Amino acid sequence: MFSVHPHRSGGLSALGISKIFRESKIHIASTQLINTIMSSKLISPALRAALNLHSSKLPAATSQLASAHLSSAPSGGKHELPGLKYDYGALEPVISAETMTIHHTKHHQTYVTNLNATLEKLDAATSTADASSIIALSNALKFNGGGHINHTLFWENLCSKDESAYSEGGELSKAIDSSFGGLENMKKELSAKSIGVMGSGWGWLGYNVGTGRIETATCPNQDPLQATTGLVPLLGIDVWEHAYYVDYRNVRPNYVNAIWDVIDWKVVEARLVKAKSG
Amino acid sequence: MMLLRLILTALSLGALPATVAIDLPDLPYSYDALAPAISEQTLRTHHLKHHAKYVNTANELLKSEPSYANLSPEKIIKDRKLRMKNLSLFNNVAQAINHAFYWKSLSPNGGGQPSGQLMDLIQRDFGSFEELKNKMESEALTCFGSGWAWLGYDASKGHEKLVVMKTTGAENPMALGITPLLTIDVWEHAYYLDFQERRGEYVKAYFDRLVNWSFAEENLKLLGLVIAKDEL
Repeated sequence: MFSVHPHRSGGLSALGISKIFRESKIHIASTQLINTIMSSKLISPALRAALNLHSSKLPAATSQLASAHLSSAPSGGKHELPGLKYDYGALEPVISAETMTIHHTKHHQTYVTNLNATLEKLDAATSTADASSIIALSNALKFNGGGHINHTLFWENLCSKDESAYSEGGELSKAIDSSFGGLENMKKELSAKSIGVMGSGWGWLGYNVGTGRIETATCPNQDPLQATTGLVPLLGIDVWEHAYYVDYRNVRPNYVNAIWDVIDWKVVEARLVKAKSG
Repeated sequence: MMLLRLILTALSLGALPATVAIDLPDLPYSYDALAPAISEQTLRTHHLKHHAKYVNTANELLKSEPSYANLSPEKIIKDRKLRMKNLSLFNNVAQAINHAFYWKSLSPNGGGQPSGQLMDLIQRDFGSFEELKNKMESEALTCFGSGWAWLGYDASKGHEKLVVMKTTGAENPMALGITPLLTIDVWEHAYYLDFQERRGEYVKAYFDRLVNWSFAEENLKLLGLVIAKDEL
């Protein structure tokens, strides 16, 4: 139907395809054609930006379909609440089953649900290339996307008291000794920072790609560590009140001091090894 | 001369009573008065632990900030330089004020609608009471993280009107030149024991059973506004 000239790199050139849409007097009414093009491996990320579907005068239904194919969410378009690798009661007495249940099935689930909703809106805004609408979604994206990222990391770096084991001599202990002078020093520093967060936020141990050292940091609300600071997250401590209020009421220090008993150091070390290997 | 020296020495030793410290006011009602909307347990923890901690920390910090020790809490938080100089002092004083204001924004006989000049202004600036309530609920629910939702009045020339707004952390509308009329605390500690993650239910309970419109009307009266009839 159209002669399409493959770009040197192997995909359809961005300019090529939007030129076709713009110059064609035949409106592409066939959803089958759109399906074929959009699901093909010829579509590169660069093509997304170039495909200004709104201005191509495609029928609304067709451009919506194309939009869906360009969705920024994975596997069919939806993020999902990850399962926990332990029972809700596994972290007791440090964190109760009640807290874990509400925290996972309500708070984290809400972030996932709202992230998916925000991504749908983002796709719609992106397909029209309306900068203002795209930017207007940035707070919701940071809040819900950050919430999903942070909590996923959090569940993974926790384990039952029995399974929590810090080993000397490995990559992690070497890094902690080098950057902090020992585990107790690191715990003291991260505890103090986490306890001192004003309002809602997180305490983090992170890997600094630039210096090769590990450091402590805090982020407000659900701001994700890596996207905000560049540090690669190794260990997160949720200090939003919902993380500890049922079990510790207002006494955040008791929660933070207790959580060290249920840290999955194997996961923290694996993250460091991965971060160092680039 | 000797007397003056004595006084100055006493002052420097802190022997004379400290100037205005932040105080922890009692609740205007008993701890079980707002149940079941807000439980006794929540009120006790919220007042005697959270609010008290802000008051105590503020007073501790004021000891090393003598230039602020003489000022009222409201004057302290309106000082633009303070946040940059001593954010912790700002946060604790502001939270002390916010909580004192919050207790009065609640009542065991709350709910319903306001009347008089406040209702006139609501209708002028929002169209209807429902509109006002919806806007305030929306602010309370879209406050991501810790914060407050407010009904306030902007008395600045050319901008005179009621405002509904949210603030994050310890922020108070006074810092923006807006006079608070009512507030709702949406830090999680305000509702977690009673509603867990269901902030919407807490906000609904606030409007149905707790909101103290008389307090808002009093605060409005203090402004001494004269609204011409043809403005309404």
